[in-house]
Amino acid sequence: MTVLLYLLPVALMLGLSGLFAFVWALSHGQYNDLDGAALRPLADDDLPGDIG
Amino acid sequence: MADRSDYSSYLTHDADGTASMGLAVEGVHCAACITRIESGLKALPGLIQARLNFTDRRLTAKWREGALEPAQLFAALDRLGYRALPFRPHQAEEQEGRTTAFLLRCLAVAGFAAMNIMLLSVSVWSGNAGDINPETRDLFHWVSAIIAIPAAAYAGRPFFSNAWQALRVRSVNMDVPISLGVILALGMSLVETANHARHAYFDSAVMLLFFLLAGRTMDHLMRRRARAAAGNLAALKGETARRIGDNGELVSVPASALVPGDRVLLRQGDRVPADVCLLTGKSSVDESMITGETRARTVGENDLVFAGSLNLSGVMSARVVAAGTMTLIDEVERLLGAASVSRSSYVKLADRAAQMYAPVVHTAAALTFIGWMLAGASAHDAIVAAISVLIITCPCALALAVPAVQVAAAGTLFKNGILINNGDALERLAGIDTVVFDKTGTLTLPEPVIANAADISPVLMQLAAQLALSSHHPLAQALARQAVVRTPLDGAQEIAGQGVSAIVDGQVLRLGSPAFCGFTSGDFTEPEAETSLIAFCAGGQRVVLNVRQSLRPDALETVTALRARGLKLQILSGDRQSAVAGIARTLGIEDYRAGVNPAGKTAAIAALRAAGHKVLMVGDGLNDAPALASANVSMSPVSAVDLTQAQADLLFMGERLGPVLVACVQANKAGMLMQQNLVLSVAYNAIAVPLAVAGLVTPLIAALAMSLSSILVTVNALRARFGRIEDVVALQEADEAEMNPAIPFCCH
Repeated sequence: MTVLLYLLPVALMLGLSGLFAFVWALSHGQYNDLDGAALRPLADDDLPGDIG
Repeated sequence: MADRSDYSSYLTHDADGTASMGLAVEGVHCAACITRIESGLKALPGLIQARLNFTDRRLTAKWREGALEPAQLFAALDRLGYRALPFRPHQAEEQEGRTTAFLLRCLAVAGFAAMNIMLLSVSVWSGNAGDINPETRDLFHWVSAIIAIPAAAYAGRPFFSNAWQALRVRSVNMDVPISLGVILALGMSLVETANHARHAYFDSAVMLLFFLLAGRTMDHLMRRRARAAAGNLAALKGETARRIGDNGELVSVPASALVPGDRVLLRQGDRVPADVCLLTGKSSVDESMITGETRARTVGENDLVFAGSLNLSGVMSARVVAAGTMTLIDEVERLLGAASVSRSSYVKLADRAAQMYAPVVHTAAALTFIGWMLAGASAHDAIVAAISVLIITCPCALALAVPAVQVAAAGTLFKNGILINNGDALERLAGIDTVVFDKTGTLTLPEPVIANAADISPVLMQLAAQLALSSHHPLAQALARQAVVRTPLDGAQEIAGQGVSAIVDGQVLRLGSPAFCGFTSGDFTEPEAETSLIAFCAGGQRVVLNVRQSLRPDALETVTALRARGLKLQILSGDRQSAVAGIARTLGIEDYRAGVNPAGKTAAIAALRAAGHKVLMVGDGLNDAPALASANVSMSPVSAVDLTQAQADLLFMGERLGPVLVACVQANKAGMLMQQNLVLSVAYNAIAVPLAVAGLVTPLIAALAMSLSSILVTVNALRARFGRIEDVVALQEADEAEMNPAIPFCCH
């Protein structure tokens, strides 16, 4: 069962890194415009000229 | 007298030499709009960043200080085809944003802890069934404790602080049993772990927090979305005022930036931006937004005019007066104060449930302890059984029962153009049996319309409307608005007091008084009392247009459907008897009263409530505000004046009255679902509590029971989103294209 001695910390670290990633994203405004984020990939803003 | 604009009250200056401003933008529908606006603004000199928030329909622009005038932003947006107005979020909205972020962080912490502890717990459970050695089990329990205790201390704060506030004033809310359950579960688990016990409840405590936080966060997000939409509507409605500077220069400022003592210029067709005292000029004003009276009032020097009145004829200058100068407003404020006292007596469904629930479960826990002691169990076993009663009855499902339905129903209402101002509005709306309508601006459209538009050829109508764009006259503006035209005619000239004329293809076009267009009094039928006339001639063709207040397009259908649902209907109007009687007859509402002042409206509502009726008041005027506050629940169109809107529990958008019906139907359904959910939660407890009392609840059973009951309640709540409302399907369909922002590309 000595395997637990490093598996437990590894599992916790993985979980914590997910938590920190979320908190970072939250505090950097990544969740401020959820509808817009869904639509932005549709825009061909790398093409010259305009669409729509 | 060129206009200069002053947006200084909306600007934020940063230390790094940049300035920024928020704008509410109208007409943003699709992905292309985002690109169009952002790339279109990029060309402006000095602009550092322009970012459109599609969810809130707001634009944040940032530029180097001094390199750009804010007016250039508005001009650029106007060229792109979007109407925008400066926007500064209200304090309440900023506060709401911070709370949402806090709840999300709590939710994330609880989620992280719940997942990791569950991982350890599942191992312990399966190990307990197999051959886990006690040392490993203790290790897993200690690791769980190390995760659970800090996580609960952080993520439980929303509940602990609420519970503490309730206890301090010696009352009980749902957060009291929740906090108690969580704290006891953690404490007992810690003691049990130290004693190398087989069971610990760390997972239950943290999972409970996770479920509850999920419900609470959803509730907040929904409310924040509605508030953002309402904030935009308020900003887009915001009037600009023409302030007269000390040197006589005219400056356009947002109405909100006016202070008492400022002098403003009021042109024909302007809405009065603040409560003012007239200095020079003579005019007539339409005060239907304020008093419900549709007949214009003649005003002159030293007369007081309310914000929201419409200047119908002359040019006037006026001085902004301080709040409290207007007797009507004082009266309204006084009545509001009295009304809000009677309103605050309502106890929310969830709080009522909590007040009954908490004593029952706490007594049950105490009885369990006494029972086991009497039966000869050890003090340890008796305490464990008592605490497990408190853990299993920790009101997870009960606390989700009401908010989950509110979130689901609010989503459906939002799609139908209805915004909820007040958390408990739906449950109050569910019980109503009487609907009281204001007339002007509520049953009728807030702006006058051309009543005989159907009799006039579309080509002529279009031409007349294009000419009308060149006029400031309110009747001409009504025509231009109704025909939805954008391009004015070249060379149109306004002749003061008569009308506008232009020459197109050698043909003389005229729009104005009947005499101006060559009509003599015998040529057309005299109008009814409520109707104003404008005439239009193009070459040999001449028409007379009747402009008047008209009913909302679906008023009759909506009123009929409401009556069919067994609701008692009434009209309380500040307008004259003759004007109200006609409307009441058309709609088939027998119970109506005309010429009622604000105090009279409040008294009428109070009388209805005293007779045991539950009243929904729908109104928009300043004179309706006290009545809205004294009714059980209230609704306003978004065109209502600000003070009135603040009193309304629900707001509806658009030209239709249908949202009133939709709200009633949805609220009934939501009320039913809330009750079902409460019954489900009680049923869950009826099964779980005997098991806990008998000492049969293991952590595995606690975890299963809690998640299953929470999921059951949530799934039941989601039913508020499904199933269409038969009566209103037809009404909805027309609005849907307009309201539904999910179309990928719009016509821009």
